[in-house]
Amino acid sequence: MEIVFALAIGVMIGSGVWLLLRPRTFQVIMGLSLLSYAVNLFIFGMGRLRVGAAPIIDPLQGSQPTLYADPAPQALVLTAIVIGFATTALFLVVLLAARGLSGTDHVDGREPDQT
Amino acid sequence: MSGWQQHLPVFPIVLPLLAAATLLLLRGEARRPQRAALALLATLAQLAVAGILFAMADARLPTPWPAEIGVYALGGWAAPFGIVLVVDRLSTLLLALTATLGLATLVYSLARWSRTGVYYLPLFQCLLLGLNGAFLTGDLFNLFVFFEIMLTASYGLALHGSGLARVRAGLHYIVVNLVGSLLFLIAAALIYGVTGTLNMADLARRVATLTPADRALFDSGAALLGIVFLIKAGSWPLNFWLPATYGAAAAPVAGVFAILTKVGVYALLRFETLLHASGAPAPFGGQWLFYCGLATIATGALGMLAAQRLDRLASFLVIISSGTLLAAFGFNGTTLTGPALFYLVNSVLGTGAFFLVIELAERDRTAVADLLAVSFEYFGVRDPEDPAHPDEVVGAVIPMAMAFLGLSFIVCALLLIGLPPLSGFIAKFALLAAAIAAAPDAANALPSWLFVAVLLLSGLAGMIALSRLGIRVFWDSTRKTPNLQWMEAGPVAALMLLCIALAMGAGPAMSYFNVAARSLHDGRGYVESVLASGGVETP
Repeated sequence: MEIVFALAIGVMIGSGVWLLLRPRTFQVIMGLSLLSYAVNLFIFGMGRLRVGAAPIIDPLQGSQPTLYADPAPQALVLTAIVIGFATTALFLVVLLAARGLSGTDHVDGREPDQT
Repeated sequence: MSGWQQHLPVFPIVLPLLAAATLLLLRGEARRPQRAALALLATLAQLAVAGILFAMADARLPTPWPAEIGVYALGGWAAPFGIVLVVDRLSTLLLALTATLGLATLVYSLARWSRTGVYYLPLFQCLLLGLNGAFLTGDLFNLFVFFEIMLTASYGLALHGSGLARVRAGLHYIVVNLVGSLLFLIAAALIYGVTGTLNMADLARRVATLTPADRALFDSGAALLGIVFLIKAGSWPLNFWLPATYGAAAAPVAGVFAILTKVGVYALLRFETLLHASGAPAPFGGQWLFYCGLATIATGALGMLAAQRLDRLASFLVIISSGTLLAAFGFNGTTLTGPALFYLVNSVLGTGAFFLVIELAERDRTAVADLLAVSFEYFGVRDPEDPAHPDEVVGAVIPMAMAFLGLSFIVCALLLIGLPPLSGFIAKFALLAAAIAAAPDAANALPSWLFVAVLLLSGLAGMIALSRLGIRVFWDSTRKTPNLQWMEAGPVAALMLLCIALAMGAGPAMSYFNVAARSLHDGRGYVESVLASGGVETP
């Protein structure tokens, strides 16, 4: 499970970085989205991967910590998803504004062959 | 134990949050005066709270806290499980600085800039919320959240007024900072995965007990965290987004952005002092920060010499001030920290005022006039003379507005270059004196003299660049006299008077900064206060 998880994160980070370095704004935003998915999975993985363990204490099972998954990274992932979602939406607006103002979707606001 | 004093640390966060939410409800053109009054009131209240906290942290007022360091457990959950706000000398100093600069730029923007777009005032309050929170929080993930609040508000503010230049610069600014935020998340997750805590005090304690394998992971996490802070601080080579963004931003926005880079510097300093006891990893420990700082000063100085426009020049001054602080905090030993804090206060107030002054001075000039100042000089091009009135400008009485602007420009230049008699000189002199005093130690000899040389050379570069552009802007015979409003001139004058007051009270101020630096470098006090605090007692 760890190998699959790590590979998934690695593939997404790799694709994300490659897209981020591309010159078109749409590619950049896709890259940022992929990176943020990978980072969310990474945070999740830092709570150690467990199958079938709940993060909330069940009164019937008692409060033995080994029975439960770590709830803190899950809370962190939630926060990170919300913030990432908001900033991606905001970036999308800026991207559209840049497209409208400069007439091109290049990240520098002008085509490289123009002076 | 009195209730209101105990809950005071949370007010710098609650006040702007409530103000921003209420400002969103007050809609429509007719409610503009109410909105302005509310924003002013909220910022004034923040200044008052910051002032009281400042006095409490310095033990000038009775405090409800057992030690010098105040701890406020949000929701009553005790550290290290709950999230705490920590009030010490450094954080209250930066709170007070934020509120002062915020008030000055807010008053300035009310005259004109707040009308050039929607939601300026709520975004401004959110920016203050993020800044205050980042300075107060004692929790790593909470620091991330406040960084995000501050940055999201700053994206909106950087684009305020719109226009191609702002959107183009804003796009780069947003991408760089989004990547920075992702790195922050990776770092926070790594650190949590290894140490099992996000509380900064608990973290400092647990690092010492890590196994070597875990320690390597922790060091990687800390290095990523350091990179994030260096991006925010505008350190070389991570600062290429800064001049375009700050130069393109509206003047009051650029003015308040002068403190944004200091958040990164603050976070670096905070973690450096906390992790010092257990051997701080790079870039917090070792020589990394120092040489990064020197390289930053060098890029700032070169950029300043190449700058053709005053707003760009001012952005490079921000970079130089960041670089000087990084080099001073990264310097071996702790003797430079106190003078560096003095420099920080002076440079934030000075750069804030400078961004406002140059906007006033350049307001009525055409964009072409200042485009190629250097080329004009190089090719010996003179200003076109007006044939109808060849001698009229000679001996003409300088109007008051022009005199005020010229004087402000000179005062800001003296503050930022560090020439006598103002506080900039005292700050720089104290830094140089501390560096030279450390030089006889063989390990410090090379860094000391490098620091002295780079600092002096950057001052020289600043003087050349500022006087060249200043001459083109102010001794331009074709220019009209700009209209000055009290609401715009007032904040500029207030910021400069504060710097003059800082120069007059340099003795007490410097001893305060030295005490703050000493208590900061004694990381044990912070750790013990936070971990011993427990929850807030119920009344």
